[in-house]
Amino acid sequence: MLSKLRYIALIGLFAATVSQADLVIDVQGVAQPTPVAIVPFGWEGNAPSMPLDVSKVITDDLKRSGRFAPVSEDKMLQKPTDGADVDFQDWSFVGVEAVVVGKVIQTGDNAYTLQFQLFDVFGRRQLVGFRMPGVTRATMRGAAHRAADMIYEKLTGIKGVFGTKVAYVTAKQQGEGRLYSLIVSDQDGFNEHTVMESTDPIMSPAWSPDSRQLAYVSFEDSKSSIFVQTLRTGNRFRVSSKPGINGAPSFSPDGRKLVVTLGGVDGNLDIYVLDINSRNVTRLTTHRAIDTEGTWSPDGDSIYFTSDRSGGPQIYRVSASGGTPERVTFEGSYNARPRLSPDGSRLAMVHNDRGNYRIAVMNLERKDLLVLSKGRQDESPSFSPNSDILIYATRQGRNGVLETVSADGLIRQKMASRAGGDVREPVWSPFPRF
Amino acid sequence: MMSHFKLFALAAISILLMSCAQDTIPDPEPVETTYGGDADGASTDGVSGDAYGGGEYLDDPTAGELAMVIYFEFDSSEVRAQDQDLVARHAMQLGNNLGARVRLEGHADERGSREYNIGLGERRAQAVRQMLMIQGVSPDQISTVSFGEERPVAFGSSESDYAQNRRVEFTYPN
Repeated sequence: MLSKLRYIALIGLFAATVSQADLVIDVQGVAQPTPVAIVPFGWEGNAPSMPLDVSKVITDDLKRSGRFAPVSEDKMLQKPTDGADVDFQDWSFVGVEAVVVGKVIQTGDNAYTLQFQLFDVFGRRQLVGFRMPGVTRATMRGAAHRAADMIYEKLTGIKGVFGTKVAYVTAKQQGEGRLYSLIVSDQDGFNEHTVMESTDPIMSPAWSPDSRQLAYVSFEDSKSSIFVQTLRTGNRFRVSSKPGINGAPSFSPDGRKLVVTLGGVDGNLDIYVLDINSRNVTRLTTHRAIDTEGTWSPDGDSIYFTSDRSGGPQIYRVSASGGTPERVTFEGSYNARPRLSPDGSRLAMVHNDRGNYRIAVMNLERKDLLVLSKGRQDESPSFSPNSDILIYATRQGRNGVLETVSADGLIRQKMASRAGGDVREPVWSPFPRF
Repeated sequence: MMSHFKLFALAAISILLMSCAQDTIPDPEPVETTYGGDADGASTDGVSGDAYGGGEYLDDPTAGELAMVIYFEFDSSEVRAQDQDLVARHAMQLGNNLGARVRLEGHADERGSREYNIGLGERRAQAVRQMLMIQGVSPDQISTVSFGEERPVAFGSSESDYAQNRRVEFTYPN
């Protein structure tokens, strides 16, 4: 008999123990990165050095995006911390297209101002200058990511995702059983927080649109239930625990509903819409095949799901108000786990590519399928909130690890877990709301 | 874990096997191979030699024990012919102990999508449930749960690992 206390909903995302960088990130295959310089930030404060090396965080972010090649410090001919001191000729000689300078100024016991300026070296002009007062030691990393996001957006025209988070599940051997953990971390792997632990499986985490809650499936009590947990408080509600399968939750764009899979006693998996407040469910599909893995289109009009009504699993679309489902995928014998890009233009899925399960993206207008991953057992694709990158799980030996790939397939990164264990089911958070 | 119920059930089964059920249920003795078999396994490898026609069966130390797990082919939820007798014996056990409850846990191998694999595991558990019900077991006595690929018994990625993970386990809760 398993212990009665089989799960711990860890209270308070911010109260939980912080482990530094449990995910080690390794960038592979870069296209044509733009040379840039992030000059070490100046420091004005009591202590000998600033609480966090802000320029390093920004440098790492830009490097990891695969689109930039920050020059090393020893190549710099000058190290200004104020925009007025930037010598464009020097930077042009170094060969960078953009230069970032900035500083951290202590304004109180635990209060700092972070400021930075981004310059176009050839145009000899400032592209953006920004000051962030009231930064604390706890928020300094977030402020540095925000600076990196602003720099990235100015230089690429694409909104940065350095300030976003990722949720995922790990499984580790523990005695005779396994310990499953639901973890939330920064998208660069720092600030890992375990928000839920159980000796029974945890599956299918999903972010609420305001990124304050996670829905997930837990098998505690040896049956499946769907929970919605508020990250800040650790409070959670069991929103579905009907007989049989309760699975595959995904939030509606307004955050009020979940699309879920229910199986009932007879085990006929169908797609339902669950109103979170009233707990009322509306059935959307009635086929006797497996219908599961529903996900909302960003406009809220339709729901994409996996069904094997034609034999093998394929992706179908049904109006969110019900009706006849229409088949979406036709290429290959196995297409499952649909996820739409937040801009609504592309559909990611698990696709069987000559015996290998890989992540593929279909352009919904052109209907062409692009296989993006290279593993044998890749799963759980999830788009970044700017629709530019996908995160997914792949196999490395016996363990799952996380990888990201740009939606054009050019830039790939591996995120190896330092903590060990089998890492799976990554889901990228929406943009934070300030 | 050996429950009291199971001990009782085993006794009941052996009595049954000796008496009433003989014309409907094929005699399960002798179990085909006992060499190397463990109490819970359902391995049925033959051990007959090619050129040697003699020999005799050893006593089966696990005789009367019902195997608690059956395995499935790739992408299939069909109970294999060699497991139908075992399912029938579970049905008999339940039919003779109306207070008994069985939980059927369906599992899938790791290939493909996790939630779809929950569906495949459920389909296997339901195939066994249907078979039990056809043989007269009350639906109230049966519950199903699917763990998909979440609770593997073999952790590798070879064909034989996959084969061990595509299974339905019978559990008799206390």
